[in-house]
Amino acid sequence: MELGPYLLLATLEGAVTAAVLALTAVGLSLVFGVMRVVNIAHGEFFMLGAVIAWYVAQMMGGHPAIGFGAALIVAPLLVGAIAVAVDMTILKRIDYDPERTIVATIGVLYIIQQLTLMGYGPDARPVAAPFNTRLAIPWWELKDGSLQMYWPWGLSTTSYKLAVIVAAPLVLLGVWLMMARTRIGLLMRATQQDRDMALAFGIPVERVYALVFGIGAALAALAAVLIVPIQQAHYLMGTDPLLLSFIVVIIGGLGSLPGTVVAAILIGLSDGIISVFFSPTLAKILATLLVGLVLVFRPQGLFGTRGS
Amino acid sequence: MSLLSARGLSKSFAGLQAVRNVDFDLPQGEVRALIGPNGAGKTTLVGMICGRIAPTVGTVHFDGRDITRLPAHRRIRLGMAYTFQITAIFAGLDVAENVALAARRRLTGDAVASAVEAALARVGLAGHAGQEAGDLSYGHQRLLEIAMGLVQEPRLLILDEPTQGLAEAEITAFKALIRDLAGNTTVLLIEHNMSVVMETAHRVSVLNFGEMLAEGTPDEIRGNADVQAAYLGTG
Amino acid sequence: MKIAVLHIGLLALLFALQFVLPAYHHGNLARIMVLASYAVGYNVLFGYTGLLSLGHALFFAAGMYGMALTIDHLGWSPAPALIAGLVAGLIVSAALGVLALRTAGVAFMIVTLMFAQAGYLTILYFAEWTHGDEGFVIQQAQRVLWGIDLSDPSNRYFAALALFSVSLLVCLWLVRRPFGRTLVAIRENEERTAMLGYDTFAHKLGAVVISGMISAAAGASYGLLFGYAGATFASVQYSIFPLLWVLLGGAGTVLGPFIGTLFMFYLIDLSSGITTAYMLIAGVVLVALTLFAPQGLAGEVRRRIWSWLP
Repeated sequence: MELGPYLLLATLEGAVTAAVLALTAVGLSLVFGVMRVVNIAHGEFFMLGAVIAWYVAQMMGGHPAIGFGAALIVAPLLVGAIAVAVDMTILKRIDYDPERTIVATIGVLYIIQQLTLMGYGPDARPVAAPFNTRLAIPWWELKDGSLQMYWPWGLSTTSYKLAVIVAAPLVLLGVWLMMARTRIGLLMRATQQDRDMALAFGIPVERVYALVFGIGAALAALAAVLIVPIQQAHYLMGTDPLLLSFIVVIIGGLGSLPGTVVAAILIGLSDGIISVFFSPTLAKILATLLVGLVLVFRPQGLFGTRGS
Repeated sequence: MSLLSARGLSKSFAGLQAVRNVDFDLPQGEVRALIGPNGAGKTTLVGMICGRIAPTVGTVHFDGRDITRLPAHRRIRLGMAYTFQITAIFAGLDVAENVALAARRRLTGDAVASAVEAALARVGLAGHAGQEAGDLSYGHQRLLEIAMGLVQEPRLLILDEPTQGLAEAEITAFKALIRDLAGNTTVLLIEHNMSVVMETAHRVSVLNFGEMLAEGTPDEIRGNADVQAAYLGTG
Repeated sequence: MKIAVLHIGLLALLFALQFVLPAYHHGNLARIMVLASYAVGYNVLFGYTGLLSLGHALFFAAGMYGMALTIDHLGWSPAPALIAGLVAGLIVSAALGVLALRTAGVAFMIVTLMFAQAGYLTILYFAEWTHGDEGFVIQQAQRVLWGIDLSDPSNRYFAALALFSVSLLVCLWLVRRPFGRTLVAIRENEERTAMLGYDTFAHKLGAVVISGMISAAAGASYGLLFGYAGATFASVQYSIFPLLWVLLGGAGTVLGPFIGTLFMFYLIDLSSGITTAYMLIAGVVLVALTLFAPQGLAGEVRRRIWSWLP
């Protein structure tokens, strides 16, 4: 394949990564923004979403769309409920102390991951996509002075991947509407601004926290359900989303939702394109170094402004 | 000869001017009180002198040397000591270790223990050496702060509202302590308690809305109409 | 006096156990002593200075690979190879310290995590030299130090004990020195410490380097004593382990790291006989400690019974 079609393909794949990453990272960013804690177990909530999707799809049978549709609802709800339980039994009791929360969520990471290993096993299992038509993509080349359309071999995508690219922005729009237009969003923003003041005004801060932690985890689970027809469900699949979400949240400016989305698109797209030129390991080395250096030298993120 | 001299010090926080173009001279051996209404910029001014806060513009000289660019810990080593307005003791360590940490900057070995003992005796905490500092009463924590300042044997001792929360008897003892230091140690005292100011300070500087309003002997300040309007009248 | 009796007593007990333990536990204890030295190093930074690093595997691996690569590629003998491991630990910890100490709190944790992860991936990336994930064996002939064959169980036990004794005594000495006391002061209240005239950055950097070098010494010894170097030892898991051991044993206590390593090692050893998901134990213990006993075992002993425990 020539470079042009190749880059287009990489961009399409990158857009899928970006879509899923944006959902996962916004979940992490929301939790950090409102609660000021870092959830190391975020990747495991992602993994749980995928594993639950597999169970649901198994149970439903029939047309793949039925199982997938059910998973789309059940997985985020169930994972959200687990996260709320984690918040109420653990995080609340250590009073959301930032450092102890990290240690506790490392513990939660191992608990979720290892319980999944015991229950679900070490195998990677697929979930069928609800629809999966292969779509060939045309390309143009200059021949005898005029542009001619042709169909390069291997340049194609699927209807499902396009649907993911469309679905993610819709969900994010929903999150934005919730934050900006609803009463619960108002409570979240008030709590984010000043916890003590919110308490003084009678906002049930602990319930807001539990809800935010649940929504953050549910977003990760939703992202995983979307990706599981493309990538299989596996008990160790939470590691990469966690790392990538970290990169996105830190580069986008801690706790800033618009920054997170912009960074997710940037990282997701470049991930597809960089992997054309670099080995995945080298790409990861550069990405982790970038996160470390951004935190050291530009803690407000690449897009943030200091003090905001 | 001024031990400390500041020129044109200003500090703004996010557009708000906390301190505006302040000149300040403190001669060797003097006890100087710095007074002013709440929010006048006293702590900010002192913070710029001892290096906790970087000035927006202006310079600070200590013992003839420009220290504007020195970090706080280097200024302390030149012979400044600072006690915090909000008690900042090491709550988890015992009282003697708190003072020893301050003493070990200039002493080693057995000299530390005897200096600690002397400093604690001087502020009236001799019986509390082995107690955990966080368990002390608020007033005793203030006294511990002062002991931590004294044990450094500083050339300039900066005390930020040292008598806040002290009992009457402790305040009397504190006044005696400052009079005792006068002459050897230069003292800069941020203080709200007027009896402490009037009885211990050689001279008084009044800060109002970030600007130096007046400077003079306690009696001059007491008689100053501007000061009365800005401060004594309302306080 | 009590302090000397307690610590020398522990070392004497470990010495005596060499002659009575059955082979399996004998081998385990040698391993535990090396890992406990790693925990002692971690504790200098976490327990005494109050800096929570999530990247100590980088220092452990720096020591291990500094030692193993010079043996494997340059044919060095164990003594200079061990020194190479220490030097690697010194360089890596100083570099990481200078960068990471510009941050504090949560950012410090994430920065150390990220740089350590970059180090781990670097070992994988240069698999041609490091043999990546599968690692490589250090042959018995390459493990003879001053005529002592370190692959022999008994020699290995004494070498591990020597390493642990040095780490323990260095830690004990350090925390009773003014330098160590200042580290504790920084942990308790950093701004106050600076306002007493201490250069807190220099002290924290010193703590990172000392902690890093003890960790590197443990990593180098581990590779040499057990004859293997692999990328696993640089992975996140090996950064979490010392945190777990120190939290369990008691952060900011001299004996805590050993107690925590001993307990955790046997907990995981027992449970790995039952299930492959043995890291579940680690997770449960981490959560339980954060919730119920943030002081750890030795910390609780100090709080309730022996307040003199260093």
